[in-house]
Amino acid sequence: MHLTGLVSYLIFFFSMAGIYAVLALGLNVQWGYTGETNIGVAGFFAIGAYATAMLTTPHSTEYFGGFNMPFIVGVLGAIVACAVIALVIGLITLKLRGDYLAIATIGIAETLRLYLTNATSVTGGVRGIAGIPQPLSKLIPGGASLTFLLLVVVTVAIVYLASQRLYRSPWVRVLRAIRSNEDAVLASGKNVLRFRIESFVVGSVVMGIAGALYATFTRFISPEAFDPIYGTFLVWVMLIAGGSGNNFGAVGGAVIIWAVWSATDYVTSLLPTAWDTRAAAMRIFLIGLLLEVILILRPQGIFPERPPKPIGGEGPPSLRTATPEDTAEEN
Amino acid sequence: MAILLDAREVHGGYGAVDILKGISLRVDEGEFVSIVGPNGAGKSTAMKSLFGLIRIRKGRILFGGSEITGLRPDQVVRRGICYVPQEANVFPSLSVRENLEMGAFIRNDDISADIERVYQLFPILKERRRQLVGTMSGGQRQMVAMGRALMLNPRLLMLDEPSAGLSPALIELTFEKIQEINRTGVSILLVEQNAKQALKISHRGYVLVMGTNRFEDTGMNLVNNKEVAEMFLGG
Amino acid sequence: MLYVVQLVVYGIVLGSIISLGAIGVSLVYGILGFSHFAHGDMMTFGAYFGFFAIATLGFPLPLALLFAVAATAILALVIDRLIYRKLRKATPIIMLISTIGVSFMLQSAAQIIWGSDNQVYQQGIVLPYKFLGLRLQPVELFIIIGSIVLVVLLHLFLHSTKIGKAMRAMADNVSLSQITGINTELVVIWTWIIAGTLAAAAGVFLAADTQLNPRIGFNLLLPIFAAAILGGIGDLYGAIIGGIIIGIVQEVSTIVIDPGYKPAVGFVIMVVMLIVRPYGIMGGKR
Repeated sequence: MHLTGLVSYLIFFFSMAGIYAVLALGLNVQWGYTGETNIGVAGFFAIGAYATAMLTTPHSTEYFGGFNMPFIVGVLGAIVACAVIALVIGLITLKLRGDYLAIATIGIAETLRLYLTNATSVTGGVRGIAGIPQPLSKLIPGGASLTFLLLVVVTVAIVYLASQRLYRSPWVRVLRAIRSNEDAVLASGKNVLRFRIESFVVGSVVMGIAGALYATFTRFISPEAFDPIYGTFLVWVMLIAGGSGNNFGAVGGAVIIWAVWSATDYVTSLLPTAWDTRAAAMRIFLIGLLLEVILILRPQGIFPERPPKPIGGEGPPSLRTATPEDTAEEN
Repeated sequence: MAILLDAREVHGGYGAVDILKGISLRVDEGEFVSIVGPNGAGKSTAMKSLFGLIRIRKGRILFGGSEITGLRPDQVVRRGICYVPQEANVFPSLSVRENLEMGAFIRNDDISADIERVYQLFPILKERRRQLVGTMSGGQRQMVAMGRALMLNPRLLMLDEPSAGLSPALIELTFEKIQEINRTGVSILLVEQNAKQALKISHRGYVLVMGTNRFEDTGMNLVNNKEVAEMFLGG
Repeated sequence: MLYVVQLVVYGIVLGSIISLGAIGVSLVYGILGFSHFAHGDMMTFGAYFGFFAIATLGFPLPLALLFAVAATAILALVIDRLIYRKLRKATPIIMLISTIGVSFMLQSAAQIIWGSDNQVYQQGIVLPYKFLGLRLQPVELFIIIGSIVLVVLLHLFLHSTKIGKAMRAMADNVSLSQITGINTELVVIWTWIIAGTLAAAAGVFLAADTQLNPRIGFNLLLPIFAAAILGGIGDLYGAIIGGIIIGIVQEVSTIVIDPGYKPAVGFVIMVVMLIVRPYGIMGGKR
């Protein structure tokens, strides 16, 4: 019936939007708070998903894992795996900044994807891992997807509220100082590297949680699902469109861009069937175009950051430049 | 004497705060004018504002009678003002000769005569014309920087602290060269930390303090002015 | 042993292609100040333009190369005019994200226009040249010679023409260039023309040597950046050396590593480089 179809679609829509909201919140800790350009979001998304899949699926010889653990263990596994890997990567690469960090994170995510694809005996290779059990599916008979949506919503709420509490903490104040002027923070004697690693790990763990949700939502994962377009690029568009630096922007951006992304699916489905193979490419083209339009016309996003009044009186770090003159010495 | 550069009540700075709070300056044709003052007075900022590198909030700047307020640097250059910044004033990856060629970028005619003139002014540059400027000493780089600015035969040459980082012997040589340039008819506007030396060879001077005009007089009068001396003249 | 030398030969061919890409990336970074993540996809478009010239217009490979160069240079200028120019005052990070957006737009556009199936520049088996027990395909010789010619032409351009010198000047110091009166927008235009030219050549060479699909350029993006960083980003001659090294290491590594991991090899070298000696093997300038 029409209504059930619509309700069912909305449940799906908001579940996915919620998973992406968690990803965006994680990226916001790294980029929005600390200014770390992590273009390897898909990597941690994948680690979380694979960890959960390996832990919660029933026994299998196709890949490493199948420990048939409950969901909560899966999530914990995702958290631990992401934390450890993020720590290792952070120690190696977080001395880098800006462009170099971006390239390094892209490389790491790509290397991970190569591993997921090639190390077939461990990860299932291109066949992936199937049959991932969905948590709470027996709670409400016939309402498994609804219960899962509630789980997603609760997760988003927890992560959002935790991030908001953190925002006012001394820890995040240092992170934001690092974002706007890392050298000044260095000069003040703080261990910048430690803060950056901490921020990187926290953000990665959040991304891993999103991965855990994703794996148990779609119940099947393979390396393709963590393609840089869906796993990284889309998240960045969401954060920039929503308003980086800003948790409400992260969640709002996720919902809005997921809506746009779904709309492109609808629009391209209207095309004649000969265009079917091109449809995915057209959707990506449109999202790319949207990103450029946002960067040119409204780089601060739909919900710009409005930080608590700082004592020094300085506004949010701008996406547009400090011109060289702004920091020049007067004479 | 004809007025060449006329800056009136200029207010401006970087970003929201004005560093210049109503500066007025004048350079007549053929004059040698120095701007001196304590640190933070806004001397370099004043010079940059004349060249279009600083946002001007209020005031006017006229050159040769026409308005140049708010023009971009590449437009100001075309009016006949050339500027030698204090730092990063040469292209280190380019040779001496190439640096001079870049100075003449907007020209499409034969520049060899002007290159020769620069070589005559700074003979060591001719010797080392193929040397990468990045490998040269501070004093030689300064010569390249000045030579580059002369390639367009400017009516006004602006120099921001050309003596910075140079040994006393080189400082003297530098000031001599600037005087030589002035004698060929090029008006000079100089910002200097070495106030005494600069004022001694200037026709006129301005003392700026905290973004405003404090004193204006002939060079020698300023040197002999007790108040000015008290303020900061030691150099 | 001979097998290793053969791999080195393959590595030099691949390395030449990577070098051309790395020079382009270094050029854009040095003059415009940002990392051009869309460079790989620009190469892809160059390859498709070449394919169009060969398959539809019937051009021989050298002529198709010229066609691809012209078309890609125009493409680069159009992208700059429509997008990058509007972001001239943005931070390097925003520029980087913008180039990622352009990268995906180009990749998907290629897929829309030409489809995602593999294509080849020419059908049929071509007999390789044989010398000293080593094999070299004619097209591979063309790639090596073509790359050398392009590099020599670039060198002459940068050192003998006024605009070339202005490009080097702007790479040194943008602000001083403006003060000197250099027409910086003209330099930017020429930068994109040259970057587009090099990307087109790299793309055409790559497609001619292997195969053509919408991802070939993107797949080389990491090795290209690795090469540019290895040589010291902004250093064009370092980029050449970096490219050859990465190409050779990537090919020779297949002796010990699963070929599926080849793209990761260059990346690992780059990360080690970044940690140990961030200014590149040549010392670099930044």
